[in-house]
Amino acid sequence: MRNACSPKIAPSEITPRDMYYGRRRFMQTAAGAAAAALLPRWLSAGEKLPGVRTGAYLLPDALTSFEDVTHYNNFYEFGTDKESPSRTAGSLKTRPWTVAVDGEVQKPKVFDIDELLKLAPLEERIYRLRCVEGWSMVVPWVGFPLAELIKRVEPTGNARFAEFITLHDPAQMPGQKSAVLDWPYREALRLDEAMHPLTLLVFGLYGEVLPNQNGAPVRVMVPWKYGFKSAKSIVRIRFVEQQPVSTWTQAVPSEYGFYANVNPEVDHPRWSQAKERRLGEFFKRPTLMFNGYAEQVAHLYAGMDLKKFF
Amino acid sequence: MPAWTLRNSSSGRKRLRPDKNTLRAVKAAVFLAALIPLARLAAGAALGTLGANPIEKIIRTTGYWTLSFLLITLAVTPLRILSAQPWLARLRRMLGLFAFFYGTLHFTSYLVLDQFFDWPAILKDIAKRPFITVGFPSFVLLIPLAVTSTDAMMRRLGGKRWQRLHRLVYVSAAGGVVHYLWLVKKDISDPLRFAILLAMLLGFRAIVLLRRRRHAVPAA
Repeated sequence: MRNACSPKIAPSEITPRDMYYGRRRFMQTAAGAAAAALLPRWLSAGEKLPGVRTGAYLLPDALTSFEDVTHYNNFYEFGTDKESPSRTAGSLKTRPWTVAVDGEVQKPKVFDIDELLKLAPLEERIYRLRCVEGWSMVVPWVGFPLAELIKRVEPTGNARFAEFITLHDPAQMPGQKSAVLDWPYREALRLDEAMHPLTLLVFGLYGEVLPNQNGAPVRVMVPWKYGFKSAKSIVRIRFVEQQPVSTWTQAVPSEYGFYANVNPEVDHPRWSQAKERRLGEFFKRPTLMFNGYAEQVAHLYAGMDLKKFF
Repeated sequence: MPAWTLRNSSSGRKRLRPDKNTLRAVKAAVFLAALIPLARLAAGAALGTLGANPIEKIIRTTGYWTLSFLLITLAVTPLRILSAQPWLARLRRMLGLFAFFYGTLHFTSYLVLDQFFDWPAILKDIAKRPFITVGFPSFVLLIPLAVTSTDAMMRRLGGKRWQRLHRLVYVSAAGGVVHYLWLVKKDISDPLRFAILLAMLLGFRAIVLLRRRRHAVPAA
């Protein structure tokens, strides 16, 4: 079994996984097996995702509670404070929903969300999420590697970047009525980052369909980068040759770079990134290089000056 | 005996004047009202309803009320003049001390809850984080004002010198607004509201000053 955790964590910190999951997992697997055959036409937030297997990416870190994961959200489409999305994201309609995958690909396609859900087996992965603001949480996501989708559309030799575009509909996303960011939200990864096995296309958390405030119905999760790199409520994935300008970079280029790799040695111009407050903990903990995923991803940036490419 | 007496001022406007007991009651009411934000925080902390990041919530809330009380204090003089109710000045010291009170809570929650006495990190913050570089002295400036807020200190310093010293509150409030502006990531609407209010309060003083100067010049 591959383990994505940093080896430097004391055994005393390791909480047995069964404590969280034991019964829940058994019942889910049983229910999942039964439900997989007769998958409902569509699923809504709060429902269990069927057929989720436990992925190989586990962490010794204690999980952040479901309540905190779903009530402390940076999702400016639903307001700029962290409590707003949980209150206002009910207006987002996640069905019908399509994701257009196009640009520099051999087989562009518009995927229906329910088709996308069945593209590859769903697995659960526990990832650390580190926000550029200096807090972090630990979330059990459900999804499959983005690479599974990318392989099917066959990027051409010109495809060097993947750009993710979030829904733009102020009627469903009231925060878009304010010009605080240039809508729609855009984020991008280098193709090798997008293809990396850690990069997850996410449909759920805590075994359930993704709540709207967490980026329903589909988002990406790039655990070694600051949270804003992981686009939510995606309607389009575009493969391009030129490096796209993401929304936050466009808004404040001196503060939010294209790479946005978690790096305790490169401060944000207005605050330190050396430490973070894990939600639910009193003492700050030191931030780990690449959010603790250095072993898996450091090679992607070999020879790059990470102060320059922040 | 009436609690409020109504008088005609020289300008012909009606002036209310509370008697001693009424003023005391008004002050007590303002005092209790000013404690509401703290009471709500304490209740939230006790009940565990401060959200996923209670430390951030405590720091933000105390900061918000520091700035609010600074502006409320600075609003007393304009309100007093515009409404021709001189007794309002009697509330100013208490409101100013509440700004200092919430500022102290704000600073100590940063010191204890956020950094837990990590002095190197704190010094680095003050030196390197622009919003803390400006926020820290804005709070420190309030200390001499709080210390000299008593009647005895006022007498010792003498009216003119005391007044000059207490003009530092303008610097502190402006610093506080900049502190807030530089803290937020992108949505500056809240700090901007404070900035506009502060500009109005300081603008009022500028106008009064200019008028007074003009009137002081003897007609040619």
